[in-house]
Amino acid sequence: METYQIETKNLFVYYHDKDILKDINIKIPAKQLTAVIGPSGCGKTTLLKSFNRLLEIQEDVRVTGEIIVDGENILEHKGSEVPDIRKKMGLLSQKPYPLPMSIFENIAYGVRIHQKKTKEELAKIVEYCLQEAGLWNEVKDRLHDPASRLSLGQQQRLCLARAIAVQPEVLLCDEPTSALDPISAQQIEKLLLKLKKDYTVILVTHTLRQAKRVADYIIFLYFGMVIEQGPADEFFSNPKSPETKAYLSGEIS
Amino acid sequence: MNKRTLEENVFKVLMVGSVCIVLGSLALIFGLVIWNGATSLNIEMITQTPTPAAPGSPPGGGILNAIVGSILLSLPATGFASLIAIGIALYLQSDFLQPRIANAVRFMLDVLWGIPSIIYGIFCLMIMISIGMSSSVLVGMIALTMLEIPIITRCMDEAIKMVPIGLKEGAYSLGSTKFETAVRVVRRQAFPGILAGILLGLGRGIGDAASILFTAGFSNRIPTSILDSTAALPTMIYNLYSTPLGQQKAFAAAFILLIIVLIVSVLSRLLTRRFKRHIIK
Repeated sequence: METYQIETKNLFVYYHDKDILKDINIKIPAKQLTAVIGPSGCGKTTLLKSFNRLLEIQEDVRVTGEIIVDGENILEHKGSEVPDIRKKMGLLSQKPYPLPMSIFENIAYGVRIHQKKTKEELAKIVEYCLQEAGLWNEVKDRLHDPASRLSLGQQQRLCLARAIAVQPEVLLCDEPTSALDPISAQQIEKLLLKLKKDYTVILVTHTLRQAKRVADYIIFLYFGMVIEQGPADEFFSNPKSPETKAYLSGEIS
Repeated sequence: MNKRTLEENVFKVLMVGSVCIVLGSLALIFGLVIWNGATSLNIEMITQTPTPAAPGSPPGGGILNAIVGSILLSLPATGFASLIAIGIALYLQSDFLQPRIANAVRFMLDVLWGIPSIIYGIFCLMIMISIGMSSSVLVGMIALTMLEIPIITRCMDEAIKMVPIGLKEGAYSLGSTKFETAVRVVRRQAFPGILAGILLGLGRGIGDAASILFTAGFSNRIPTSILDSTAALPTMIYNLYSTPLGQQKAFAAAFILLIIVLIVSVLSRLLTRRFKRHIIK
């Protein structure tokens, strides 16, 4: 029996009273890489951001239905509990946004807001996270330089390291490679493949090839609705709905 | 020459002209102040307090009392105003307050910004009299604080609004509370703008005469307590200029005021540069 990390029931998201997501019922398997694919504007990012309640920092957004994480409906949590939900889910955005601090502080920040640590413990955590993100060797001599001086690819890996530092269960990745050069993009992809052993990875991507390369499970969104979901090999080899077939053959994009 | 090149050239001339007017005014002001004040400018100006003028001769001594007074009035006022302003500015963001309400508050702040400083002055004067106080450093400081709050708040607010939403999302997804995000992340990112706001407030406060005219009063001595009345550079300039034969000294005092404002600007520029390296583009 597979375990599910996130399950949604009748999830609707309205933005300015327009329904962006319609009746989403999905189950996201734990410790696997799930790719959310679909043409641009179909609600992929919205779906991702509903998982850690990031949608509500924008105005005029309404979310109904249920999102069940660890047996609890996170939409029912009160405002003061929201940071704990978010802590469970690291975020990689399209364009990396390191915090306006040094490389070291970028990772230490998240650790510090949740627990007290000694200097030595912090240094260990920072090193561990940077190692995990494959960035340690590049930055170990300049940990106290501003993070803004890193290249985009390095910044994205720093964001990954900083997400790992708060020990999340899920990594939400919103087209994390779309702003990067091919080599940096490949590094991120490899990292995600490595990290799915320990984390549930949800990857929003608009490149089918990327989904084919890395995904175990696929959710196909089209105009705010889930058209098809299932294990990746099945999805690609034996698509069921006509929309999926059209999308896979490049007729809709 | 066709119509488009003509248009291009006309606008070029207009823009260069505007720059010349602004830079020219700056140069003229400095030139005039130095030209008129140079003869009275000496070390006594900043080391001595005024001495009463003998009939037929210019006022003697320096303006140390006013320099000290200006610092005592405007630095704490800017400090208090900045503390209050950063609170308001952070709270005005959509993370905390509904934009509809925030915009109403912004409008009110803009109205407050537009209120002439003499009105802040007489407002504080009325309160001062009704609670039985007299003009003093303390009341002047309060008047200046009130004058500076809307200015500093709106500048900080604009700077904080520019913080990219992606950065906030990043901070929130680490499990930061709204407070942590605002104070530890957003404030850092907006720091250069915040500093610019503080500076604008300080510049306004140190140069304003009308709000402190009645509230801080005037004195030829250096204040020894916050309940003493004190002169400040703007009121000193006004005072000197209205004394017979005091005009040159007034210009020398104006020169000193300009230099102080200049030093503050340069210092803050250097400070901003130090913090700018962390800013995420």
